[in-house]
Formats: sequence, C-alpha cells, structure tokens
Amino acid sequence: MRKTTQPSRRGRTKTGRRHPLATVALIAIGLMMTGGAYAAINAGTATADTDINTQVNIDEGAKLFQANCATCHGMEADGTVDAPSLVGVGAASVDFQVGTGRMPMQMQGPQAQQKPVQFTDLQVKQLAVYVGSLAPGPGIPDAQYLTGDGDLANGGELFRINCAMCHNVAAAGGALTQGKFAPPLAGVSAVHKYEAMVTGPQNMPVFNDLVITPTEKSDIISYLQHLEAAPSAGGFGLGSIGPVSEGLFLWIFGLGSIVALTIWITARSN
Amino acid sequence: MAQDDNGGKDSVSSGQHVSHDALGASPGTAVIVRDAVQDPGLPPHRPRTTDINPKAEKRAERVVYTLFYLSLAGSIFAIAAYIAFPIIEGDSGSVRLNNMFVGLGMTLALLGLGVGAVHWGKALMHDHEGIDIRHPQPGTTEERAAAINVIDEANRESGFGRRTMIRNSLLGALIVFPLPAVVLFRGLAPMDQDPVALLKHTMWEKGTRLTHDPSGVPIKASDLTLGSSVQVIPEGLAELEHHKIEEKAKAAVLLMRLDPKDLNPLPGRETWAYDGIVAYSKVCTHVGCPVALYEQQKHHLLCPCHQSQFDVTNNCEVIFGPAKRALPQLPITVDSEGYLIAQSDFTEPVGPSFWERA
Repeated sequence: MRKTTQPSRRGRTKTGRRHPLATVALIAIGLMMTGGAYAAINAGTATADTDINTQVNIDEGAKLFQANCATCHGMEADGTVDAPSLVGVGAASVDFQVGTGRMPMQMQGPQAQQKPVQFTDLQVKQLAVYVGSLAPGPGIPDAQYLTGDGDLANGGELFRINCAMCHNVAAAGGALTQGKFAPPLAGVSAVHKYEAMVTGPQNMPVFNDLVITPTEKSDIISYLQHLEAAPSAGGFGLGSIGPVSEGLFLWIFGLGSIVALTIWITARSN
Repeated sequence: MAQDDNGGKDSVSSGQHVSHDALGASPGTAVIVRDAVQDPGLPPHRPRTTDINPKAEKRAERVVYTLFYLSLAGSIFAIAAYIAFPIIEGDSGSVRLNNMFVGLGMTLALLGLGVGAVHWGKALMHDHEGIDIRHPQPGTTEERAAAINVIDEANRESGFGRRTMIRNSLLGALIVFPLPAVVLFRGLAPMDQDPVALLKHTMWEKGTRLTHDPSGVPIKASDLTLGSSVQVIPEGLAELEHHKIEEKAKAAVLLMRLDPKDLNPLPGRETWAYDGIVAYSKVCTHVGCPVALYEQQKHHLLCPCHQSQFDVTNNCEVIFGPAKRALPQLPITVDSEGYLIAQSDFTEPVGPSFWERA
C-alpha cells in the first residue's frame, strides 16, 4: 500500500515546491493593487463662490445640518458626547470634511475615512455657510490662491519643512500612531488642500495664515500640483513610499534573479 | 532496522569493525556505530547530451556564439541609444529615456558575454573530473639553510648587530618619522573645540527669539492657534555663514499650542510654557532623527525612523519605541513686544546619548 502511494506523494511535493513562490507573487500583486486603489482616490472639484453666503443658503444649510449631522453634533451644532462642537470651526472645515466625503462619518475609528461624497456641491456649500454663520472661523479660500502658479521652489522648501514628515517627501502619505495615517495628496483638489492646511482636520496640525501665509499656501499647492504632473525621472516609482516597496521589489526580483543565476551556474549541464 | 535496510553484507562488515576496535580502545572512549554511513565515493561519470549527440553539440555551439553576437549588438545598441536619446537639460524625461536605453544595451552586452561563457563552459568544454594535489609550501632544507646564511652574512658585513649605536639611532629615527603625519592629520580636525561642550550647548540663550524655519521671521505668541505646530530655528541662524547646518541640527525646535489645561508640567517647569505654547527639541533622543510628526488631537509626537512616540501633554515622555529619554524642553516666554523668546538654552543635552551624558 505504502509503496504505491509513494510516487504520488513525491509528485505532490514537486508541485508544492512552487507554492511558496506563488504565494509571494500573489502578495506582491495584492499589495500593488491596494497601492493603485489608494492612488486612484478621487476627490470632487469645488470652486469658491463668493455669492453663496446668502440667508436662503444658510437656512437650507441649517435644514441639511439638522437632517444629516445633528444626531452627533447636536441640533445647534454645539456638540454632544459623541462629536465636537462646530461653533467656530468655520466654513472651510465643513467644506473639507463633507466635500471629501469624510463627513458624515462612515464609522467610529482612529480617523474618519474618505468615502464617496454624499451631497451635491451646492449642498456642501450650504452646509458650510450655515456652520460658518454660527461664529467666525476660517472661510472657504479665495480662488486667487488656488491657481497653482505660485513659487515652486519656495513651495517645495515649505512642503519639505512642514508637511513631508507625515505626508512623505513625494506626498504619497504615511503612517502615524495607532492606526492613524497621513493620506496621499495626489488627486486632492487645490481648495481641499488649502482648507486642510488652514483648519487642521483630524490630527493634522493647524497652519493658520500667520504661520503659513496665504501666498505660501498657494506656493505649496503649486508645488504639489507640479509634483503630481511631472514625470518620475527614475522611471517606475513603486508608489514612492520609500524603502518598503523598493525593498520588497529588490528582495523578490533582485535576490530572486541572483539565486536563480547561482543555481543555473552551479548545476551540471544535462 | 538499519541492518534490515542495508542487507546482510553491510552488517557483516560493521560487525567486524566492532570486534576490531573493541580490542584496541577502552570502552567509553570510542563510539562505534553499527550502521555507520559508508563513503559513497564519486558518482559514476555521466556523459552530457552534447557529448553523445552531435546535433546537441552543434545546437549548444550555436547558442554560445549567438549569445556573443547578442552581446556585440548590445554594445553597439548602447552607443546608438546614447546618440539617439541625448540628455536635454531641464527635461527629466530625456534623462529617463537615455538611462533606460543605454542601460538596456549594456545589460544585453554584459549578460550575453556572461551567459554565453557559462553555457560554453557547462555544455561544450571537457567535463572530466580531476584532482590537483596542493604543492608543498616550505622549501627544501638546503634552500632554507642558504636563506639563513644570506641573512647572517648581511648582518656580519653591515655590522647591524655589532654597531649598536647605529642600529638604535636608525630605529629611533624610523619610529619618530611618521609623527609629523599624526600632527598634520590632527590639524584637519576642529581645533580648540571641546566636543562635550559643543554637544551640551546650542544657539539658544536667554532672550533669543523663536523664528520660522527657513525664513527667520520672528514668531508672536498670538500667531499660534490651538492645534498649531511650527518648525522653529533660533534668531540669527538663517543669517549664519559657517556651521549653519551643524547649529540647525542641534537647535531645531518644534513649537506647539495646546489647551493649557492639557499640560501636566513637571515640578519646576510650570513657567516653561507660555499660555499652552510649548517648545521641544526636534532631535530624537534615540538616534537623532527629526521628530516632527505631531498629532494635534492626541498630542503624540512620532519619530518616523524607529516609531518612538512622545506624549506632549506629559513633558514629551516616551510612551512607545526605542527612545530612552524625554525630548528636552526649551523654556520659553514672551518679550515686551509679544514675540516668543527662550528663557535659556536647553537644560540638558539635546539628541541621543553620548559619552559624557549620564
């Protein structure tokens, strides 16, 4: 009995030998697809409209707020045990959080995740002007700072000093503590970049107009747009997330080819 | 068990071994294995297909010279690519094309040579196995005696052993000869500087204004809102002409504004913050990476290199990771014009451990 089963077992170990490699390849493909999915995150474009700040829109915003936000933030937007008060956060904060789909929040967690936007552009603006009308706070930025024709060199230096430690030098994002992370900045619209800087959403520090002036913010936005548009001089960027993806690539393909060559050189010719 | 597998012949021979060794060695000093592994010797020579089949030999020959021709084509391709895809100044795409095609040509050139040579050696060159016996290292007795004789004669004729004054003065001169080099090389290192003092003090002193990195614009306490964080350098650093990088590496500070209620200052440090504004050294106490990943809700500072975490509300004490000490705090206050100033230098050395640090 045993003798008859032996050849088939031997055959199985031969195919089994390929299995670890197949797993590694699957993991690599999975990682690349996840990275690609992150890069493909898409944000709606919003334009600053100066005429939006009317009583009609504020009233519409109040209705939308009471229907969609008041459960957590309170009927008067003054906060509950579940969510902070929104008095004084400003229109910019609402435009960023709702305009990128982070609010209404999908679920409790280390930080609010981006998801498809749930309101039309007009509704987002109405919510923003309503919350902006409660108390003074940072407003939706002026369009002159969002054109992307600022000083690239200055923007690059400011980005590396103030932003790159969390968002990665290539703006590809990075990990923070306990499940929090700084998101990649590719695909984020200029107005949302500006609003994030001025309001400091989630755990991002606040960069108000006295710390980084509106012109400097415009420079940073211009630099990020340049970074996104410029081709990578080194070829395939592997997600630009640094030693993790590059190391993995070399471990699998670089070392793999060295091992294969070594085996071929030392094997006897048939 | 083993005897069954090996068959009768092996068990007989190993049985003979037992009786033979048992006579000479005392019991307990030799371990005699009944089923000792036999030296299998070299496997029988197996001819390759290229040895037997003339067609296979021809094919291998074709593969080898094709590879060498491919290598030749690769080299020419690399030259052609260098001319066809020139590097245009200011166009990073041209650099990429140039590098890629020149690199592909050179890869083909080198791999063609290497793979061809290895395949030639493996498939076509003679594959008989031979043993080269190592040559003895020492010379013959006569040669060695002659060498000693030469040395003795040189000693006798020069008087090296006999004229001790000459010998000792020569040795002394040779020993002192390299000393000027030591002095010269010492001159390349910084002079009149105590590294311990350099590591213990930074550009900060009483009254130095906190300024923005990189512009050097002074910062007012009123500039910061709750949740702000500012990268800070001392006043005057932006204008330094020498040692700017060294001074910045020691004096870089992260300024953060928290709710004053969130801060739990250590005894004696109650006056080091100004209205919730705290300043901490940006140099990690582990191996000196810049710690500037500030989370404004959790008040955690994260070091990106080895994931050390510091709690800003509790004097930047370490809450996770390999760092051993809290980040040094810079005592700050405001001057009469409302600008943030340092009360003094850091009260402890910044950065990781060093030899004089307790």
